[in-house]
Amino acid sequence: MDLLSTALPALGEAFSLIFHPEQIMFLMLGVLLGLSVGVFPGLGGIAGLSMVLPFIYGMDPVSGLALMVGLVAVIPTSDTFASVLMGIPGSSASQATVLDGFPLAKKGEAARALSAAFAASLFGGLLGALILTFFILIARPLVLAFGLPEMLMITLLGLSMVAILAGRVALKGVAAAGLGLMVGTIGEAAAAGSLRMATYDIPYLIDGLKLVIVGLGIFAVPEIVALLRQDRPISRSGGLGAGWLDGVRDWASNLFLSFRCAIIGVIVGVIPGLGGSVVDWIAYGHTVQSTKDKRRFGSGDIRGVIGPESSNNAKEGGGLVPTLIFGIPGSGSMAVFIGGLALLGYDAGPQMIQSNLDLTYTIVWSLALANVFGAGLCIAFSTGIARLTTIRFSLLGPFLFMLISFAAFQSGQSLGDLVALFVIGLLGIFLRRFDWSRPAFLIGFVLSHQAENFSNMAHQVAGAKFRVSLESGFSYIASPIVLGILALTVLSVVIGIRQAKQILPEGEVPTGRKRAPFVFLLCVTGYLMIAWIDAMQIRMMSDKIFPVTVSSITLICCLLLLIRMMRAPETDIIFTDRAADTEDINAAHSLWGTLAWFAGLLVLSSLIGFVLALPLFLVSFLRIRAGLNWPRVLILSAAGIGFMIAMAGWLHRDFPPGLLQELVRLPWPLGDA
Amino acid sequence: MKRFKMAACHAAAGLVAACLGVAGLSATASAAGGLDLSGKTVEFVIPFSEKGGSAKWANFYAPLLSEALPGNPTVVVKYMPGAGSTKGANWFQQQKYEDGTVIFGSSGSTQFPYLLGDPRVKYEYGDWNVVLVSGTGGVAYLPPDIAKKFDGDADDLKDINFIWGSQGATRLDLVPMLAWEMLGMKVEAVFGIESRGNGRLMFERGEANIDYQTSAAYLKSVVPLVEQGKAVPMMSWGALDGEGNIVRDPTFPDMPTFKEVCEATKGCSTSGDAWEAWKAFFIAGFPAQKMIFLPNGAPDEAIATYTKAIDDILARPDFPKLSEARLGIYPQMTGKQAKVALKLGTDVPDGPKAYVKTWLKERFGVELKK
Repeated sequence: MDLLSTALPALGEAFSLIFHPEQIMFLMLGVLLGLSVGVFPGLGGIAGLSMVLPFIYGMDPVSGLALMVGLVAVIPTSDTFASVLMGIPGSSASQATVLDGFPLAKKGEAARALSAAFAASLFGGLLGALILTFFILIARPLVLAFGLPEMLMITLLGLSMVAILAGRVALKGVAAAGLGLMVGTIGEAAAAGSLRMATYDIPYLIDGLKLVIVGLGIFAVPEIVALLRQDRPISRSGGLGAGWLDGVRDWASNLFLSFRCAIIGVIVGVIPGLGGSVVDWIAYGHTVQSTKDKRRFGSGDIRGVIGPESSNNAKEGGGLVPTLIFGIPGSGSMAVFIGGLALLGYDAGPQMIQSNLDLTYTIVWSLALANVFGAGLCIAFSTGIARLTTIRFSLLGPFLFMLISFAAFQSGQSLGDLVALFVIGLLGIFLRRFDWSRPAFLIGFVLSHQAENFSNMAHQVAGAKFRVSLESGFSYIASPIVLGILALTVLSVVIGIRQAKQILPEGEVPTGRKRAPFVFLLCVTGYLMIAWIDAMQIRMMSDKIFPVTVSSITLICCLLLLIRMMRAPETDIIFTDRAADTEDINAAHSLWGTLAWFAGLLVLSSLIGFVLALPLFLVSFLRIRAGLNWPRVLILSAAGIGFMIAMAGWLHRDFPPGLLQELVRLPWPLGDA
Repeated sequence: MKRFKMAACHAAAGLVAACLGVAGLSATASAAGGLDLSGKTVEFVIPFSEKGGSAKWANFYAPLLSEALPGNPTVVVKYMPGAGSTKGANWFQQQKYEDGTVIFGSSGSTQFPYLLGDPRVKYEYGDWNVVLVSGTGGVAYLPPDIAKKFDGDADDLKDINFIWGSQGATRLDLVPMLAWEMLGMKVEAVFGIESRGNGRLMFERGEANIDYQTSAAYLKSVVPLVEQGKAVPMMSWGALDGEGNIVRDPTFPDMPTFKEVCEATKGCSTSGDAWEAWKAFFIAGFPAQKMIFLPNGAPDEAIATYTKAIDDILARPDFPKLSEARLGIYPQMTGKQAKVALKLGTDVPDGPKAYVKTWLKERFGVELKK
C-alpha cells in the first residue's frame, strides 16, 4: 500500500516531534486552559481558542498546535462538570449529558456519573484520534459523497430523535420540536433575507437567537430557579457518594455502547456543516433506543451519561477531518483553529495533508495525548469541584446567575442577550413545568437553520438536475447514502414512538388542575398563529415555505392537543403540571419571587451596567435571601466579582453596559475599554 | 454632478494604480512623534465572527502591528459580529478618538450595505480615517466538460444551465453574478451557503457547475483541483492599472480578465450603466476590500503613527513571504493611496448604485428598505 508507506514514517516523525518536553509542556498548558474554560458554563472551544490566538503568532508550529489541540480536546471532557453538578450544559456538546447526569448528582451519585463520563470521554477521544489517523488518508471521497440531499437526511435523522425524547404525550413532543424549529427561524432568512418575526426596529432579532442563549435559557435557568426555590444542596444525600470505581465499572460494562456512540461522534463530526451541538443528542437518542430497560432514563441512568460523553470527545477527532482536508471547519471552534493554523504559517486544505503529513499527525497525537491528560486531571480535580454539590444552593445560585448572564452576553454583546435569556428562560420554566420535552425543543432549534437551508438548496439543485434528465435527478436525490439514512430515520421514528412512553426524560411528573396547562397551550398556539400569519406575508417563496409548513404542522398538533384537553379528565397525563408536585408545593420560596431576583439583576444591569449591578445583587441576595452574616456576605461577593473581572480581563471581554455607560464613559471594567 | 464624480473617480483610480508598484517601498511617514502606546492594549475590532477571511486578515496584522507600533502595545482582535457586519460598523461610528487604542477593520461586506442603502447602515465612511487598504482579486472557474466550450468568449455558454452556491445576492457574490449575467449566461444562484469554501465543495461534488473564489482561496484550494484536471479557470476579475482601467491580475497573468471576455462576447458591452455598475462594485469588493480605520476625530499625529507602523510592516524584508502565504500577492496601501482607494470603494456615483438596486429587485426580488 502506497498510502501506508507514506503514512507510517510521518506517524513516527510526528511521534518524535510531540514527545519533546517543551511540546508536552505546551500541551499541558493547553489542557489546563481548556479545563478552566470548559468548566465555565456556556463558554466552549471558541472562547478558549480565541483567547490564545494572540499568543500563537511566532510560536514554533508544533508547540502552537499542541497548545491549541490540548485546549480543544479537553473541553468536551471538562464541560461535564457543569452538566452533571449544576444541570447547566457546560458547552453545546454536553447538553444531553444533563438529562441523566444531573439527576445522578441529585441522588448523591455525582462521583459515579463523573467518573463514568471521564472514562467514556477518554475512550471516545482516543478512538476518535485512532480513526482520524486512518481517515485522513481515505476521507476525501467520503466527505465529497455528502452532498446537500445527504446533509438534509442527516438533519432529518437528528430531528427523528425527537420521537424518542418526546415523553409520554407524543404530540406534545412534536409540538415542542415544532416550536423550537419556529424559534430557530426568527430573524433574517438565509436565502433571500426576508425578516421573520423580526423588524429592522429591533436589530437584535434580525440575527436570530443564539444557541448559547437558548441552551442556557431552556436548561440552566429553569434548573437554577427550581433549585433556588428548594434552598438546599443539589445533592440531597449531602455527599459525593462513593463510586469513583463504580463509574469506571459502569463504563466498562457498557463498552460496546461507548464504542458505538464514539463512532457516531466521529461520523457526525466528519460531516461539515452539521455542527457539534447535535452529536450528543443523536448519541443520547441512540443510547435510549438501543437499551432494553428504558425506565430510568431521565431520572439518572448512567448509560445516559456514557453515550453522549463517548460521542462528544470523538467528535473532535472527526471534526478535524473536514477542517484539515478541505479547510472547511466542522464546528465553530474548528473555524478558530483554522485561523490559528494560518498564524503558524499553515493553510488547512488538501495540500496540508500531502506536504505536511508529519505535522498533520502531530495534531492527531496531540489530540490523543490531550485526552489522556484531560481525563486524568479531571479525575484529580473532581473531588474538589464536586464538593460544589454539597453547598447550600442559595450560596451557589446568585453566582450561577452571574455566570450565565455573562456567558449569554458574550454571544451578541448586547443588552438584548440578557432580555432574550430571560424570555427564553421563562419559556424553559413553563416547558419544564408542563412536561413539554425540552430536549425536543432544543433539537428543533438547533436544526432549524440547517433543515431550512438544506431543503431549499437541495430542492433547487435537484430541480436543475431533473431539468437535465430524469435519471440524473433521481441519482442525485436517491443516492445509496440518502436511502440508507432514510431507512435509519424511519427505524428511529418507529422505535422511538413505540418506546417513548416508557421514558421520562424529565422524571415522573404528577398531573394537576386543568387551567394552567390549558392556558400555556393557548399561549403556544397563539404564538404559532402569529408566526404563521407573519410567514404568510413574506413575498419570497424560498423564505416563506419552511416557516409556513412547520407552523402549520405544529398548529395542527396544538389543535389536536386542545381537543384532547377539552375531552380528557383532570387526571389525564396531558395535564401534567409540576406545580402539583409535592416538592414544588413544599418549596421554601415562590417561583415568581425567585425569578424576580434574576429579573432584578438584569434590570439593574440595564441601568447601571453589569459590573456595578453585581455587587448590589450579590450582597442583597446573600444577605436577604440566604441570610448570611455580613462578613461572609462581603467576602463571598468580593470573591465572585473578583473572579468575574479576572476571567473577563483574561479573555479580553466586556461586560454588559447599561444606561449609565451610555451617558458617562467609564474605564474598564465598569464601562467598555 | 454625476459626470464630475465619475471624472474624479477615474483620476483617483490612476493614483491607486500609481502606488501598485511601490507599495513595499514607501516609508513615507516622518512625523511619528507623540503617540506612545506602551503598556496599552489596542483593540482591533472587526465586525465579523472568528470564522472567515476578515478574521484571518486581522489576525495576520495584529501581531505585526504589536511589534511595529511605538511602545509595543498588545494588539488583540475583537470580534463584534452581527447584522451582516453593520452592527460593528455602527458601533465604530459612535466611537470618538481617545488615545488611539481602538481601530476598526472593515470589509467588502461592510461596504456593500453602505453602497446599497441598507436601512441598518448608520455609519459614514467619510468620517473615518483610513490607515491601510488591502486588496484582493478573484477567479471564476468551470468544470472541464463545460470549459471545452469556452474559447475566450461566452457565446457558446449561453445555452447551458449554470448553477452555483452563493452566500447571498447583496454580498460579495453580487460581482460574479452580475458579470455572468452580462455575458448572457443563465446562472441560477443557490443561496444560503455559509462560506465560499462550501460553494467550492458544491462544485467538487458536482452540485454546482460554476464557482469563483477570492485569490488566496483559489491558490490554496482550486489550483490543486486544476492540477488534477477537475476544474479549469475561466477568467479573473482583473486588477486596476494606471489609467483606472481593468488589466490582467498580476497574480494570474495568464488568465483573461472579465473585461476581455466581455469584449469578445456578443451582447456584452464594456461601457454603459451595467459596466459602470459592475466596475464600481468590483472595486469596492476586490481592490479596496479590507481597510483599517482610526475613529472619527483622530489627530494627524495618530494617523501618521499608524501609517508609519504599517509602512514599517510592509517594508519588512520577510513581509512578501509572510503575506504571500496568507493574503496573496496584492497591494497593501497606506497614506494618500489608501485615501484614494477608500474614495473609490465607497464613493460610488448614483447611476451605478441605482442600476444595481433595480437589478437586485428585478432579478432576485431583493429590496433593501424598512
